[in-house]
Amino acid sequence: MKRTIITVVGKDTVGIIARTCNYLAEVNVNIEDISQTIVQGFFNMMMIVDTSKCTKPFAELSEELKTLGENIGVTIQCQHEDIFDMMHRI
Amino acid sequence: MINMFEVNETNHMISEENLDVRTITMGISLMDCIDADLDRVNQKIYDKITGLAKNLVKTGDEIAGEFGVPVVNKRISVTPIALVGGAACKTPEDFVTIAKTLDRVAHEVGVNFIGGYSALVSKGMTHADELLIRSIPQALAATGNVCSSVNVGSTKTGINMDAVKLMGEIIKETAEATKDDSCMGCAKLVVFCNAPDDNPFMAGAFHGVTEADAIINVGVSGPGVVKHALEKVRGQNFEVLCETIKKTAFKVTRVGQLVAQEASKRLGVPFGIIDLSLAPTPLIGDSVAEILEEIGLERVGAPGTTAALALLNDQVKKGGVMASSYVGGLSGAFIPVSEDQGMIDAVNAGALCLEKLEAMTCVCSVGLDMIAIPGDTSAATIAGITADEMAIGMINQKTTAVRLIPVIGKGVGETVEFGGLLGYAPIMPVNNFSCEKFINRTGRIPAPIHSFKN
Repeated sequence: MKRTIITVVGKDTVGIIARTCNYLAEVNVNIEDISQTIVQGFFNMMMIVDTSKCTKPFAELSEELKTLGENIGVTIQCQHEDIFDMMHRI
Repeated sequence: MINMFEVNETNHMISEENLDVRTITMGISLMDCIDADLDRVNQKIYDKITGLAKNLVKTGDEIAGEFGVPVVNKRISVTPIALVGGAACKTPEDFVTIAKTLDRVAHEVGVNFIGGYSALVSKGMTHADELLIRSIPQALAATGNVCSSVNVGSTKTGINMDAVKLMGEIIKETAEATKDDSCMGCAKLVVFCNAPDDNPFMAGAFHGVTEADAIINVGVSGPGVVKHALEKVRGQNFEVLCETIKKTAFKVTRVGQLVAQEASKRLGVPFGIIDLSLAPTPLIGDSVAEILEEIGLERVGAPGTTAALALLNDQVKKGGVMASSYVGGLSGAFIPVSEDQGMIDAVNAGALCLEKLEAMTCVCSVGLDMIAIPGDTSAATIAGITADEMAIGMINQKTTAVRLIPVIGKGVGETVEFGGLLGYAPIMPVNNFSCEKFINRTGRIPAPIHSFKN
């Protein structure tokens, strides 16, 4: 199973989590962990998700999340977990 | 489990500090393309490279998308063409047809450079080697994406001074042949001592004869990441400084290792090496010179520069070798002038001269790189500068290289613009006292005493 990290960064507003999670439910992506903080009005969220049963290919998922982010006014990024594991774990 | 701090750190490196994978380079052996018939050689080369590399660019882009790290360049290196074309090519013009084939292949598969229009002549030149070398000016003028390199010396063999002299003339001719295009040909031509077989970086990449049929080599980068990390330890002692560089180099290299493994798996081509070089670009915040300044120099070229660079180069390697079991290529800090805004600024401020750059090449990973010199510099002087640089490599058992651009029609104080990753360069003064009598002696400089290790 390949885990994916979704990060959401931007100005805080109503419904960021709701709209992101709704989209993920639509494409059958399971959320395993969410951590979220607000620093000086800036919304900062990281989700660990399982995309193995996702109904869309990764590139499309990534692109649609990016577009969703633009609609909400935040930056949404979607990356395989490996890059963080490689960099921060020996 | 990965935490938010770690994720943010990685993404900050990518978005703010120019962390990227500089190149995925596919090395392809063309030994099985050798034929006595020139047309068949060209056809075989075309078929083999397009067959193996057709998915290279697409795969690189996919990996970049999935991991969220840019893979800037996708490139190809091939067996030195002097070996591949030797049986078929009877004139320099025959070799140029192969250069054109390589150029066509590069366009076809979408890579931005293809390296290996090369000859290995560290001890002597075959007839084919000489024909290839003599074809370089024409080949580089007639193509856009082909890179050429000539290895003229090594610690084991000494320096082939006949080849050094010839290369002085060829560099001038190449500048002349491409003078309407900023003498661009010379930006794609490298003279080496101790050239590595598995270098993924252009313009000096070629696929050595000791390599497998095809391999994936990856060049990482990240001067901006190192610079940013050092900002946080300003004023602290050397131990802290070294630790910081090592840790950063480790992280950067791990990203390269991941990308290399993925590319190798997806393309079905074995992984070769990671090249741990800090390769600058003309972007602000992507500069090796800025790291040296952060270490404590007012400008690169100030006293202390060579020591700072030696320290940087060594720590990058120490951090990097822990991150990947297969490190190769050039692996160290590059100090090209035109591709590094901090270096350009240092030259313009009068802090950095050719002689200081030469000293710096004793401890960095490559050599005199992307340096513009006056167009009226003689071939003998260029050969003399080259010989000096080759001697540094030979004696110190390291790779050294020369990529000089004599800018035809321009002199000291003027600037030449290459564009893109190659940047622009102020033309630097050259010591014009003659070395002609030295260069005109024929033969080779013998291998140094410490090469006799058997």
